[in-house]
Amino acid sequence: MSPRTLFDPPQFLTREEAEALTKRVLAMAKADETRVTIIGGARGNTRFAVNQISTGGDNTNTTVSIRSSFGKRSASTTTNKLDDASLQASVDMSERLAKLAPEDPEAMPELGAQTYQESPAWSAKTANLDPAGRAAAVRAVTEPARAAKLAATGYLESDASAHAIATNKGLFAYARETGSSMTITVRAPDGSASGWAGASHTDWSRIDPEALGTRAIEKARASANPVAIEPGRYTVVLEPTAVGNLVQLIAFSLNARNADEGRSFFTKQGGGNKIGLKVVDERVSLVSDPFDPDAAALPFTPDGEPAKKTTWIENGIVRNLAYDRYWAQKQGKEVTPLVGSLRMSGGTQSLDDLIASTQRGILVTRFWYIRPVDPRTILFTGLTRDGTFLIEDGKITKAVKNLRYNESPIFMLNNLDAMGQPVRVSASEDGSPGFAIVVPPIKAHDFNFTSLSDAV
Amino acid sequence: MTDRREFLKKSAQAAAALAAANAWNATGGVASAFAAVPTRPLEDIPDSTIRELMANALTAAKSGGAGYADVRIGRQRQNFVFTREQQIQNVVDTDSMGCGVRALVDGTWGFSATRVLTADGVAAAAREAVSIAKANRAARDRPVVLAPAPAVPNGTWKSAFTVDPWSISVEEKAALLLKANAEALKVKGVKYIFSGLFFVKEERSYANTEGSVISQTAVRSWPLMQITAISADMSDFQNRGNVAAPMGRGWEYVLERDLAGHAQQWGEEAVAKLTAKPVEVGRYDLVLHPSHLWLTIHESIAHPTELDRAMGYEANYAGTSFVSPPEKMLGQFRYGPEIMNIQGDRSQEGCLGTVGWDDEGVKPEPFLIIKKGIVNEYQTTREQALWLEWWYKKQGKPARSHGCSYAQNWDNVQFQRMPNVSLLPGDKEQSFEDLIAATDRGIAIVGDGSFSIDQQRYNAQFGGQVFHEIKGGKIVGPLKDVAYQMRTPDFWNAMDMIGGKKSYEFGGSFFDGKGQPGQINAVSHGAVPARFRNINVINTGRKA
Repeated sequence: MSPRTLFDPPQFLTREEAEALTKRVLAMAKADETRVTIIGGARGNTRFAVNQISTGGDNTNTTVSIRSSFGKRSASTTTNKLDDASLQASVDMSERLAKLAPEDPEAMPELGAQTYQESPAWSAKTANLDPAGRAAAVRAVTEPARAAKLAATGYLESDASAHAIATNKGLFAYARETGSSMTITVRAPDGSASGWAGASHTDWSRIDPEALGTRAIEKARASANPVAIEPGRYTVVLEPTAVGNLVQLIAFSLNARNADEGRSFFTKQGGGNKIGLKVVDERVSLVSDPFDPDAAALPFTPDGEPAKKTTWIENGIVRNLAYDRYWAQKQGKEVTPLVGSLRMSGGTQSLDDLIASTQRGILVTRFWYIRPVDPRTILFTGLTRDGTFLIEDGKITKAVKNLRYNESPIFMLNNLDAMGQPVRVSASEDGSPGFAIVVPPIKAHDFNFTSLSDAV
Repeated sequence: MTDRREFLKKSAQAAAALAAANAWNATGGVASAFAAVPTRPLEDIPDSTIRELMANALTAAKSGGAGYADVRIGRQRQNFVFTREQQIQNVVDTDSMGCGVRALVDGTWGFSATRVLTADGVAAAAREAVSIAKANRAARDRPVVLAPAPAVPNGTWKSAFTVDPWSISVEEKAALLLKANAEALKVKGVKYIFSGLFFVKEERSYANTEGSVISQTAVRSWPLMQITAISADMSDFQNRGNVAAPMGRGWEYVLERDLAGHAQQWGEEAVAKLTAKPVEVGRYDLVLHPSHLWLTIHESIAHPTELDRAMGYEANYAGTSFVSPPEKMLGQFRYGPEIMNIQGDRSQEGCLGTVGWDDEGVKPEPFLIIKKGIVNEYQTTREQALWLEWWYKKQGKPARSHGCSYAQNWDNVQFQRMPNVSLLPGDKEQSFEDLIAATDRGIAIVGDGSFSIDQQRYNAQFGGQVFHEIKGGKIVGPLKDVAYQMRTPDFWNAMDMIGGKKSYEFGGSFFDGKGQPGQINAVSHGAVPARFRNINVINTGRKA
């Protein structure tokens, strides 16, 4: 029997089905205010290790979350049982918890009807990718690796989901979303070399497994026998994935309230926040746009607020921080939600141009185990991985051992030398489709490497 | 590794709490807890029905062509309460139930999971698992073979909790947190508090085609608190967090931790960091408290001795291991000094990784991963144990799984996850204070902070929560901006003193991440205080 796809329409709630389900739940509710959130979908994945598929599987699930409020008392429950008795039990539980909970002085009322723009976050090609299609994509990587006497290990994931939100005040939101990613690590069998390539997109057909495999093989070959160099401050040429690894950390620090409260990089000394102040090189702009076809995201937030295009940093100057509904009201600002999408400005140069213009520097394929060290400066530590090279006189001359950095994307974007053309990257550590991020390769000086690693 | 993505995901579920939780607490300053929960209809699925459903799934897998199959029907509930300062932020209760089927067809795995718990629903998942295995067969090289394990026809197990957190009212939970917050806010300079209670309850039923049928119940509890001090001119802020270990216990553990009784001290520690001396870069003797050392053990010993990593299976994400290849490591590689014994153990009462049987129906036995400083064992599943057959033969033992198979929930496939991995106490009864008294120039570190390690687990960097400068055997004052960098075998070989039995404590994580798709594992690590000579310390403070 041939594998069927799990993404058949019945697995998936249509707008009409979602609306009917939310109405069923709202009719059960007795709270002053009720919000129902439905997330239903499927995730398919195939893992491969040492040139063969190691595991693979599909799962489907639909969850219904109920948020109940009595005055300023609120609580939430989530269940994946959709029969009437279970839904009623979940509503009752949510209301019971809400009545017992202390009052939240910051509680905000649920929203009424909103208008949403359609986002290009859905691709039928991703939704229709089945296990046999995934296995074929894996073979397109493992067969050339085997022929090259190298070992390919990697991961392919495709997700498709429907999201709906409704409140008893008239709000109804519905959207579908897909995501896909493929990441590949090719290693020499004796562990002396490692190369990586990866991609992520809403639309699976935008990902070319064979080309990714070729790239990872080339990286692995070039990375053999790395030499040690002295840690210190170096000019770096960062491939787009490495830039994505670091620049997305700025997006995680955009909370206006933390800034206003004095516990953020975006806190202004003496009080207030850095909106209007220049924080990075004037060539840098950071924008979230859920309607960007290359970095699409859902057109609404978890509380049903319409998502919108937001410029965080424009020509180096902070233009917006993220205000939730409570903080926006308190500070007299517009609600500015975070969105699962980020695009950085770029230039016209190619990666090769950036390398060619570098007298001495380090080329980084990607970073790994990136963890916060000091929130005052968005300082993180982590290491290079799977393709780190020395550039001398405009050419890649040798592979170098991996290096640990202690650095902030803010400092890095102040030390910017040049930028290339932005592309969509797979910048999540675990290879899941993750945050939709479009970034350029960059060249920056004085990047702070603090120690050497023997890891290949 | 402990998983940042999971933290962000959870935080998104509790969006309001995130602002206070502060995304910097990457180990997972997450959320949840709650309430006197009445019996719900789905709790009443009788055991006999679950057994029938599991039998249906196994029959469907076998008739589809599976040579072996196993099925898990799981229910996972989470409960959390989050607060900040003097107000409640979030009260959440989640419930997820479903069935996952794993089928081995002609030496290749397939997995499928469904929330539809009917005879047809689980049979469809089983057939889907078989067809995925057949699709995967196209890219098979060597067939999967499982090490033998005795069938467990009627296993039941319950973790060590005396008070079910679901029997405690939401008011009581909120009151406990708000009281602790109030205590911390009494300290001058303390401005913000995030606190929370996070509970997990899991019911797991398991069956396989070899005749095992097992049901287990586990409860996990985690009291959370992060205290933020801010300087008057808003030029600096400092946090004290990760104040209590999560454990595989119930409400009684939350009460034992006594957040309110310690909150002022933690608040004072946060404030002291504002004026603490920035550490001078250099080499120091480090005296590491168990509340800190557990994470160093987790990252630099527990992960690199996972056999799938050592064999290259996790190369694309978690990474490989410097403890490789096994034939050059087992019985030969010196990880640390003679006093170093590291044990894997899924039977320790009250620990997060403790189970009756693993997710392949194997009863785990304690095993020494490092014996007198030498690599002695890897962590294994049934698939992996046979990879080390030569080693077991040499020792006159059969090749058997160490019982390290685990899936985070019904909707994910099980694979090798670490047991509780612990540094065993030394023969001499000595304490953290004794180690400090024996140290001339050093730094004592309490609590886990920033952490990062490379993909082969060689080069790591760790921060902490509280840093004390040691001079002439005495603590002379607080330090800040401290992190140490290490090369794993050099670091462990620099360990020259360890505490005794009375100083043994547990730390742990709800969010140990591994695998693709990423799965989390809850795990404890026992440790005694230990001293490490001449370790490289950096200063992480920079000016914005």
